[in-house]
Amino acid sequence: MAAHLKKRVYEEFTKVVQQQHEDLSAKKLRLTKPSKSAALHVDLCKATSPADALQYLLQFARKPVEVESVEGVVRILLEHYYKENDASVRLKIASLLGLLSKTPGFSPDCIMDDAINTLQNEKSHQVLAQLLDTLLVIGTKLTENPSVRMRLVEVACKHLTDSSHGVRNKCLQLIGCLGPVEKGVAKEAESQAAKDVQKIIGDHFNDQDPRVRTAAIKAMLQLHERGLKLQQAIYGQACKLLADDYEQVRSAAVQLIWVLSQLYPESIVPIPSSNEEIRLVDDAFGKICHMVSDGSWVVRVQAAKLLGSMQQVSSHFLEQTLDKKLMSDLRRKRTAHERAKELYSSGEFSSGRKWGDDAPKEEIDTGAVNLIESGACGAFVHGLEDEMYEVRIAAVEALCMLAQSSPSFAEKCLDFLVDMFNDEIEEVRLQSIHTMRKISNNITLREDQLDTVLAVLEDSSRDIREALHELLCCTNVSTKEGIHLALVELLKNLTKYPTDRESIWKCLKFLGSRHPTLVLPLVPELLSTHPFFDTPEPDMDDPAYIAVLVLIFNAAKSCPTMPALFSDHTFRHYAYLRDSLSHLVPPLRLPGRKLVSSPVSPSITPHEDPSQQFLHQSLERVYNLQHLDPQGIQELLEFTIRDLQRLGELQSELAGMADFTATYLQCQLLLIKALQEKLWNVAAPLYLKQNALASAAAKQILEETYKMEFMYSGVESRQVVIIHHMRLQAKALQLIVTARTTRGVEPLFGMCEKFLQEVDSFQRCFISELPQMQGSFVDKLLDLMPRLVTSKPSEVVKILQTTLRQSTFLHLPLPEQLHRASANIIEPTGESDNPLRFTSGLVVALDVDATLEHVQDPQGTVKVQVLYPDGQAQLIHPKPADFRNPGPGRHRLITQVYLSHTAWTEPCQIEVRLLLAYNSNRSKAAAKIAKSTWNESPEALPQPENGIEGTIPFSKPVKVYIMPKPARR
Amino acid sequence: MPEIKVTPLGAGQDVGRSCILVSIAGKNVMLDCGMHMGYNDDRRFPDFSYITQNGRLTDFLDCVIISHFHLDHCGALPYFSEMVGYDGPIYMTHPTKAICPILLEDYRKITVDKKGETNFFTSQMIKDCMKKVVAVHLHQTVQVDEELEIKAYYAGHVLGAAMFQIKVGCESVVYTGDYNMTPDRHLGAAWIDKCRPDLLITESTYATTIRDSKRCRERDFLKKVHETVERGGKVLIPVFALGRAQELCILLETFWERMNLKAPIYFSTGLTEKANHYYKLFITWTNQKIRKTFVQRNMFEFKHIKAFDRAFADNPGPMVVFATPGMLHAGQSLQIFRKWAGNEKNMVIMPGYCVQGTVGHKILSGQRKLEMEGRQILEVKMQVEYMSFSAHADAKGIMQLIRQAEPRNVLLVHGEAKKMEFLKQKIEQEFHVNCYMPANGETTTIFTNPSIPVDISLGLLKRETAIDAKKPKLMHGTLIMKDNSFRLVSPEQALKELGLAEHQLRFTCRVHIQDPRKEHETVLRVYNHLKGVLKDYSVQHLPDGSITVESILIQATAHLEDQGTKVLLVSWTYQDEELGSYLTSLLKKGLPQSTS
Repeated sequence: MAAHLKKRVYEEFTKVVQQQHEDLSAKKLRLTKPSKSAALHVDLCKATSPADALQYLLQFARKPVEVESVEGVVRILLEHYYKENDASVRLKIASLLGLLSKTPGFSPDCIMDDAINTLQNEKSHQVLAQLLDTLLVIGTKLTENPSVRMRLVEVACKHLTDSSHGVRNKCLQLIGCLGPVEKGVAKEAESQAAKDVQKIIGDHFNDQDPRVRTAAIKAMLQLHERGLKLQQAIYGQACKLLADDYEQVRSAAVQLIWVLSQLYPESIVPIPSSNEEIRLVDDAFGKICHMVSDGSWVVRVQAAKLLGSMQQVSSHFLEQTLDKKLMSDLRRKRTAHERAKELYSSGEFSSGRKWGDDAPKEEIDTGAVNLIESGACGAFVHGLEDEMYEVRIAAVEALCMLAQSSPSFAEKCLDFLVDMFNDEIEEVRLQSIHTMRKISNNITLREDQLDTVLAVLEDSSRDIREALHELLCCTNVSTKEGIHLALVELLKNLTKYPTDRESIWKCLKFLGSRHPTLVLPLVPELLSTHPFFDTPEPDMDDPAYIAVLVLIFNAAKSCPTMPALFSDHTFRHYAYLRDSLSHLVPPLRLPGRKLVSSPVSPSITPHEDPSQQFLHQSLERVYNLQHLDPQGIQELLEFTIRDLQRLGELQSELAGMADFTATYLQCQLLLIKALQEKLWNVAAPLYLKQNALASAAAKQILEETYKMEFMYSGVESRQVVIIHHMRLQAKALQLIVTARTTRGVEPLFGMCEKFLQEVDSFQRCFISELPQMQGSFVDKLLDLMPRLVTSKPSEVVKILQTTLRQSTFLHLPLPEQLHRASANIIEPTGESDNPLRFTSGLVVALDVDATLEHVQDPQGTVKVQVLYPDGQAQLIHPKPADFRNPGPGRHRLITQVYLSHTAWTEPCQIEVRLLLAYNSNRSKAAAKIAKSTWNESPEALPQPENGIEGTIPFSKPVKVYIMPKPARR
Repeated sequence: MPEIKVTPLGAGQDVGRSCILVSIAGKNVMLDCGMHMGYNDDRRFPDFSYITQNGRLTDFLDCVIISHFHLDHCGALPYFSEMVGYDGPIYMTHPTKAICPILLEDYRKITVDKKGETNFFTSQMIKDCMKKVVAVHLHQTVQVDEELEIKAYYAGHVLGAAMFQIKVGCESVVYTGDYNMTPDRHLGAAWIDKCRPDLLITESTYATTIRDSKRCRERDFLKKVHETVERGGKVLIPVFALGRAQELCILLETFWERMNLKAPIYFSTGLTEKANHYYKLFITWTNQKIRKTFVQRNMFEFKHIKAFDRAFADNPGPMVVFATPGMLHAGQSLQIFRKWAGNEKNMVIMPGYCVQGTVGHKILSGQRKLEMEGRQILEVKMQVEYMSFSAHADAKGIMQLIRQAEPRNVLLVHGEAKKMEFLKQKIEQEFHVNCYMPANGETTTIFTNPSIPVDISLGLLKRETAIDAKKPKLMHGTLIMKDNSFRLVSPEQALKELGLAEHQLRFTCRVHIQDPRKEHETVLRVYNHLKGVLKDYSVQHLPDGSITVESILIQATAHLEDQGTKVLLVSWTYQDEELGSYLTSLLKKGLPQSTS
């Protein structure tokens, strides 16, 4: 259906263009658009000098040209082109031709011949290059036409022998973009250009001009992107280009080699100067590794980046990249990494080094030392030590990608990553911490490595610390000393930066649940219990003590013997923490105590299915019972809503789904209730109260539908239809209520028209979904549309009322994944009794720290609202840089809000909360329209001013105590 | 054969007293003018009498280039210019020019004031010497005279260190000075373009070493300092004033910043303060990080590092002190060391090599009881650590630089002979270029094969070159050498310019052919034969009975005595020599037996 419709739209559209071409004579065209082509013509004729003409053209280029008049303008331009002697004017005309043929809706095949003709007599190289550029634009607009492409390629091949690099450049670009990609086509067309494009381009790999060489490689890459399988024979040529004098050539060549290595990973190439042969991907890997120590940093970045995506390379080569044979005075020396490892395995903890500790041991055979290896040796060692941080970041990224695919490599690169934690640039440190987190499944940290990692916990940058906490969450530690070390360092971190509390607790939660057996022997020490003596009860509110408990309780979850080691107060504290910090403390099976929340406990059953089943069953029930008496429906809906809400509370995985459906049912319930009102039977003015109820219901439904549309991530177009449908119903209700309560028809006219427009746009947006909505409000409405358009407002209202009552309840299909956007303000906590004092008229900065979940595009939508006690509200847009993205679906907002107010006599509380801004234009429906009508003129687009903007509060408000003092005189 | 001669007066198979003479295309250049730390007699300075016995040095040297401010590269400069006498230009980079006199002055003070030497250069001499210095920018091409030009490249190592390219015509030499291929906390890595010099003179201090990653070293260093400070101990770091001291300062400064540490760091005053001032100024010579963050904050404006006062040494609580000199043999560092040595909580970190006999060397080799002046016995309880921070390129770095510059010859200086031997062998093996390692006073001669540029007139070029410019092509023209310039012009123009009349040189050759037929038939046969063989040339049969192939004339006459033999007269001009001789040899083979 949709395809059919699209086609129809397209057909109509083309018809319109043809009509304009045929029906409107050239004369009329000039009459209607005298400002464009004709004016240009006059101007150009008036121009006395080339400079004048250039000025006119420049002015002309600033204004857009309508589709209809493009061809006329082109003709005039070409006319002048032939007459013009000055190269600069011709150049401008040529560039204008290109610009004009880009006009959407204009098909440039009519001007192609002319453009090609102009090429024949052109002497100026610059103009030639520009003309070829124009041809490229024309060609890219007509890609579907193979004969046009063939012709253009032929033209390009003819000009490849030009002496100017600019012309050759453009020719190669043209061939790259338009050259035949399928072998078959090339054979069919037996013309000159049909011979192998690759060969033609390849011949220019050793052009004398570096720019042309670059263009040739780029053209080759372009062909690859368009789907042509490059020949393996190019590989040799490309390898030679790696030694080129110019960095842009080398940079492009690296890319080409990478492409070839992905195309022919398994083919065998000989190693020069020996009889051996290796796989192509290995050879290419070695060559690209070599480029990591290139003279130009652009090439180094390029090479380092590409290394990451060469996953087929053999592990033997891969591991060489981390290898750098150290020597000192020709004797083999061990790296600090190796020494650390040895110290560790020999059981001795690193105690600092004596002079000569690293003294070289064995002699090296001088012949065997290879100072410049052709292979991959030490590529990453060099990359990670590079001067430019861009290269270092690229190298870290590449390490990450390679380590993810090879566990053994991950193990090896660990030392290097750990080293990067001490880089001088924060971005690099952060990047390497993130990388480490990504590969943490494959690795186990040694104690000395952990030591280095933990040292970073003292970093003053919050981002670094938090990234490190995230890393520790998913790290494997090998020994109980390691755990202890981590705990000690985290507690140190806690005392130094108390704001990290939440993050540290969370980190310890995971650390505990990952290593229950390692925590077990540490428990007595950590809880400082003594076999004989009672120890004083620790302070329950001490964040450090809570941190220790979080670690222990999470470990105890999968270690049933642990609770035996607890002392009495530990149990008490458990009960308290389980209640107050339930997200950090898991339910435990404690002796002599019932499991508190057995149905919720994850250990009971694979509960996923039953609860989901329950959800579906209750929905089924609602949808099936269509013809119950109104009272029954209301009751059933109420019960179901209550059930769903409770389900959402219990099952966090289903919360989004349950809330979503509950909201929908709530809307339905409100609608039914509103329609049940007696008001409809009585003269309106008498029932003002009910009237208020109905209009309030309509308003609420509207609000709820916006929430449904914008607050949930994962909503698909199927749901959007239903939501919009519900909104339409609410609007109808609003219309009816207004019609009932207002006297006179004047205001109704406008409202009716607006409503009908909305119905119309609904139909256009969701035309493909309409068949599934049989019997619904909109379905019926559309049937009656012809009548509605012609009838008076009062009749319209009447019709609406009946259809609204008769329409059936639409089934809301549920998407796979549905999450409700939520926000939690961590800071300010709202607990402080000390007012924030500042001088009135000046500003005070309030730190706001919040976590956002399942918010799409938070930079654009999340706002901070500040409500003052006098009702004044202030909306603040946080900077995009204030949002961090610690994980998929999660965001963190750390920003500062500036407050100011006139003087108060005493401190008062203001409210801070987060809002989700929405704009119905940005909605999926609007995007859909825009897509289907992309080639229509801008007027045909749905009116953008119709978009409704609004905000949904989605966090709990936090109260902040402030006190603006009067300024001292 | 043009040649480049290189004679090291110092630093040949040796470290210290760098001074290398290069003569290239008739120009004499002296690279560096250093002193030797190991000697206190005449050997400390290069033997300038090698250059000339009694003439003035200025007449023999076109210029002097100083690569960086270390004394083993510039220590002999005032002696050379003021006492021996040299008035020509001295080139160095701006930072070198700024810092060099401070170090020279310090050196003078120690030698004259402390050791009481006479006959040494004076402060005034240093000033006069610096007046002769011309400062250069990075990548700036400086014309020393009409033919000689020099250009500086970034070398890392210390602030303002540069590599120099010396170029005369097409011949060029690159001198690296000291350089570092791995960046550190305040300097970037050396870089050079593919300049393909005839000779690359490179240092080779670490010819046989491949170093570990700098991060491990840094981390170790920071960890040790951090641990000691956390324990409440004091850390003493003896340093020399310039270079590594700044590196360590930046390292500690950023670490303190990052970790929010509060313990004070002190720097013993003196010339370091003056030098730090210059470091603040020459930000463009530092590495990426410092250059980028300089807008917010100049990294050399230390927040945590303060000037040291003698009284601070007795303050309680943790602290870190940088003190000169670096080998603990005298001065402030030794005083502080004596105060702190008794406490095992304290630590001393030696960031560099120590000469035998100094306190530094003794404690590094594990001696715990030191005999001080006055028969005092000092027991060392504090921890002693060694940490190497050196800013020279290692073997891999040297190879990397050679790969970048692609020289035709390599010459090693500034290293030990045994180690050079290894590197020399490696270079020859990997790059297939000649490698030399002359000792002091030994001259190495390198033959070059310079290409000579020739101007060609546009008319001739257009006439002679075809469209396909890729393939080598033979062209005719006249080479005029006049007033030291070469020009390639067309013969006509050359004749006109030189006022000579044109002479034509014609070769004529007779070929005898056995052919009983009539003359014109023979001609026809020859014509057909040539036409068949020389497809690419225009072969014409003229009405007067002769044949022309391009401009070569062939005529046939019957032999006077033997009618059966025909004589073919072949005549061609000098320009057609190639075709003419080919034609003759073709005809000499005889005509093919035709059936007709």
